[in-house]
Amino acid sequence: MIVYAARRIALAVLVIAGVLVLTFVIARVVPGDPAATWAGPHASAAQVAAAHKFLGLDRPPAVQLLSYFGGILAGNWGLSVHTHQPVLSDLGVAAPASLELVTVAMILAVLAGVPLGLVAARWPDRLLDHSIRAGAILGVSMPIFWMALILQLVFSQRLHLLPAAGQFSPDLLFTHPLARHTGADVVDALITGNWPMLGSTLSHLVLPAIVVAAYPCGLIARIVRAQVLDTIGETHVQMARALGFRERTVFGRFAMKLAWNPVAAALALVFGYSLVNTFLVEAVFDWPGLGSYAAASIAALDTPAILGVTLFIALVYVAANLVVDIVQAAIDPRIRLR
Amino acid sequence: MIEAPAPLPAQDSTLPRGAVLRRGILANPLLVVAAAGSALILLVALLAPLIAPFPGDAGTATHPLLVLRPPSAQHWFGTDNVGRDVYSRVLYGARISPLIAVIVLLLATALGIPLGVMAGYFGGWLDEVIMRITDIFLAFPPLLLALAFAAVLPASLTTVVIAIAITWWPWYTRLIRGQAASVAGRPYIEACRALGISRWRILLRHILPNSITPLLVQISFDIGGVILTASALSFLGLGAQDPTPDWGLMVAQGQAYFTTAWWVVTFPGLAILFTAFTFNLFGDGLRDLLDPKRTFLR
Repeated sequence: MIVYAARRIALAVLVIAGVLVLTFVIARVVPGDPAATWAGPHASAAQVAAAHKFLGLDRPPAVQLLSYFGGILAGNWGLSVHTHQPVLSDLGVAAPASLELVTVAMILAVLAGVPLGLVAARWPDRLLDHSIRAGAILGVSMPIFWMALILQLVFSQRLHLLPAAGQFSPDLLFTHPLARHTGADVVDALITGNWPMLGSTLSHLVLPAIVVAAYPCGLIARIVRAQVLDTIGETHVQMARALGFRERTVFGRFAMKLAWNPVAAALALVFGYSLVNTFLVEAVFDWPGLGSYAAASIAALDTPAILGVTLFIALVYVAANLVVDIVQAAIDPRIRLR
Repeated sequence: MIEAPAPLPAQDSTLPRGAVLRRGILANPLLVVAAAGSALILLVALLAPLIAPFPGDAGTATHPLLVLRPPSAQHWFGTDNVGRDVYSRVLYGARISPLIAVIVLLLATALGIPLGVMAGYFGGWLDEVIMRITDIFLAFPPLLLALAFAAVLPASLTTVVIAIAITWWPWYTRLIRGQAASVAGRPYIEACRALGISRWRILLRHILPNSITPLLVQISFDIGGVILTASALSFLGLGAQDPTPDWGLMVAQGQAYFTTAWWVVTFPGLAILFTAFTFNLFGDGLRDLLDPKRTFLR
């Protein structure tokens, strides 16, 4: 087990080094001459040459790469062009809101996706199964930026059921100001016992969380259905049935047991996907997280900020996959032997 | 794109393969729906100039007096912020998204298949190098890497195609490598080698054809994903530029007016949803059809 974990961690470190090389290539090689971009459109040849030297572009690429590596490791992720702040501190401010949104969305996706998949697997090829499968495919086919706009239009602009945008009602800032501890508003409101603020943050979370949950929910429903159909004929499940457990228990407990592993693996993947999907959702709901930051950076052609977000999410993604792999290997010894 | 690769299709011993496939197709109503939907999209794309009531509106035409009109008998989907007929533009959009998907998938397979087959068959250091490179690309969620590339390149549909193709190929390399490696170990390949057939000929004539089926299923499944990714890039302003009738761009343009003019956002978005849904349904049905675990003979 320790050997497996060590090998897996070593591989992840290698991948992260590769990720850094790739972002370096995107930053320095792809957009033409960064010195010309830095110096601006009307710069003279001398100014471009000065910028060239200032940015260290006159050094050999290998040296540039090493200094980029060193900078990232030392926490120097560059300066954002549009906020004029260090990218890393911008990310620190933006990340909690996104992680909060995506975590809530993942919980929603599991709460809805697992039962749907189980119901579909219990009566396969019936009308209910076909509808759930079609619904699951609809979930993974959703252009989520559009879904965000439509839900906002229907539930807040027309029906006035839910708030349209933001993380909480701004007037609460005067009556019940929120003390910052973790940066995630729901958690902060909860641990400080700020109940009006807690209600407000939860109601503001509903719409964006549903939108972000659409894809993972469809995915989980499909995985659970396929996995449970695979296991239901196996002897240990038949045994549970023969022992007289109710069908519900046979499916929900015994057949589902083997489905949790692929669900966990999928969750690690879609956690990363969903962080990227916030790029399309947060701007619509004015949610001050990584997505809004990325969308603003893209609009401002702010390369250091764009690459900072990219790198950050890739790191979260690699780490999430690493954790799931190791946890799975700890649960299921067969994985270690592969 | 997350799902496990579908295994090679099983040969049924009692029925000819065609009959099995026919039964499978009929047992799967969703596949029939998907085929009909795909045919509809193809037809609309081909016939757009004939069936669009205002073909000029797909281009540079503007009608300042017809701005943001709600849906009516004349403008079924209403008009947008410069007075163009949304219905005509949505129809023309059917020529863009599926075409982008086809080009992206061609590029991604052109790069991914040779690398994957070589890694799987030759093994050794070549395999290591190729697979570690795919690991790096797969360390990014696909939309993220496409976004990073598209953000530093000039905004255009070409950029969208390149950015997505660069992110997409490692999936195919990985998928076909596994297949090729398992095919390479089978006795008939050994027999070929014993007969003195050259390595490249074995690769092209025996390994490649025998490891490609799961890839075809995966590709049919990815059309929807590419369309969604491309529309997301256009929505963020990194892809198609006005006046291209790209659905993602149309949603982005309608966003500013959507509290008062819901139709400008709604219909292009429905078109994306319908197209992605249809192709995903198709891939899903195809996967079921070729899955040996489902025999359709119950």
